[in-house]
Amino acid sequence: MSDAARSEEPESFARRAAWRGARAVSPLLPGVLPFAMIAGSSSIEVGFSVLQSLGLSLFLFAGASHLVLLEMWEQEAPVLVILATVLLVNLRFTMYSAALAPHLRDVRWQHKLPMAYLLTDQAALLSIPEFDKESASARWFYVGAGVVMWATWQIGSAAGILLGVRLPESWALDFAVPLSFLALLIPAVRTKTTVVAATVAGSSVLLTRFLPLNTGLITATLLGVAAGLWSERLE
Amino acid sequence: MSREAALFWILLALASIGTFALRLSFIALLQKVDNPRWLQRSLRYIPAAVMGALVSSSLLVRNGELAVGWDNHRLLAACLAAVVGYRTRSLLWTILSGLVALFVLTHWLGPAV
Repeated sequence: MSDAARSEEPESFARRAAWRGARAVSPLLPGVLPFAMIAGSSSIEVGFSVLQSLGLSLFLFAGASHLVLLEMWEQEAPVLVILATVLLVNLRFTMYSAALAPHLRDVRWQHKLPMAYLLTDQAALLSIPEFDKESASARWFYVGAGVVMWATWQIGSAAGILLGVRLPESWALDFAVPLSFLALLIPAVRTKTTVVAATVAGSSVLLTRFLPLNTGLITATLLGVAAGLWSERLE
Repeated sequence: MSREAALFWILLALASIGTFALRLSFIALLQKVDNPRWLQRSLRYIPAAVMGALVSSSLLVRNGELAVGWDNHRLLAACLAAVVGYRTRSLLWTILSGLVALFVLTHWLGPAV
């Protein structure tokens, strides 16, 4: 920690770092908010009650897997296959968890649990470079980014669920969802081997989508991971 | 409660607990043990593979059919967004440029698949 930060009031130090995190994540919110509204209104459209839909946004709090769950539920996939696919889509969280873990070793347990709950692609991807610089302020940066992501997700999906807020169809804001996947794909393919993983997963999903029980996404992802590992040998 | 509602709550409970466990995983475990190497190596490819599969299936498949023609405006708009995203390294510009591109394409060329 820098001397300036150390001598500062601890409270304002924390507040300033959290504020920086909140500001860093804010450019992403125009993508998150419509995504959340779509997740909310789609939950209702699939036939879930208001309570069920709110529960989905609150407890799962993971957008991509939320939409996967809705789509597979609508297609009447077996519950265990839906569960496995949701967890597979969210398996990437373990990677962020592994990246954050060394910096959170001496954080108290009652703080670790909410910090884990707040873990999202956006908050983690933005905070990891901060943690590499300096842990103490990065924790607050992460919390600031995480809380803003959480609030935006809950407000957006509640608007979709309760008010049935639907933006004009001609805006095609449901396109914001594949665009969010695309926006997160680009920073994920920084090396040749990750390009191989994404390409193999992306092309095999076109064939594996015909697999029974909606196991196509799982299979394609595992093929992509295997291809990435295999391509390391060629380097 | 209907059987379907009960099934939903069971699914939501398991999915939420499982997802929370994935988020907490290494934050909780790294106290004592180091990550196994093979797991660390595999995990590195998860974001690329998951996002690659999701992008491909959400852009190239429309209504269950493969759609890779010029009439797939979403695909064209996404290609532009990918270039913008690659250049700017900004999530905001990636999403905004894709939305604007689709809006313009739809208004010029009429609704497509």
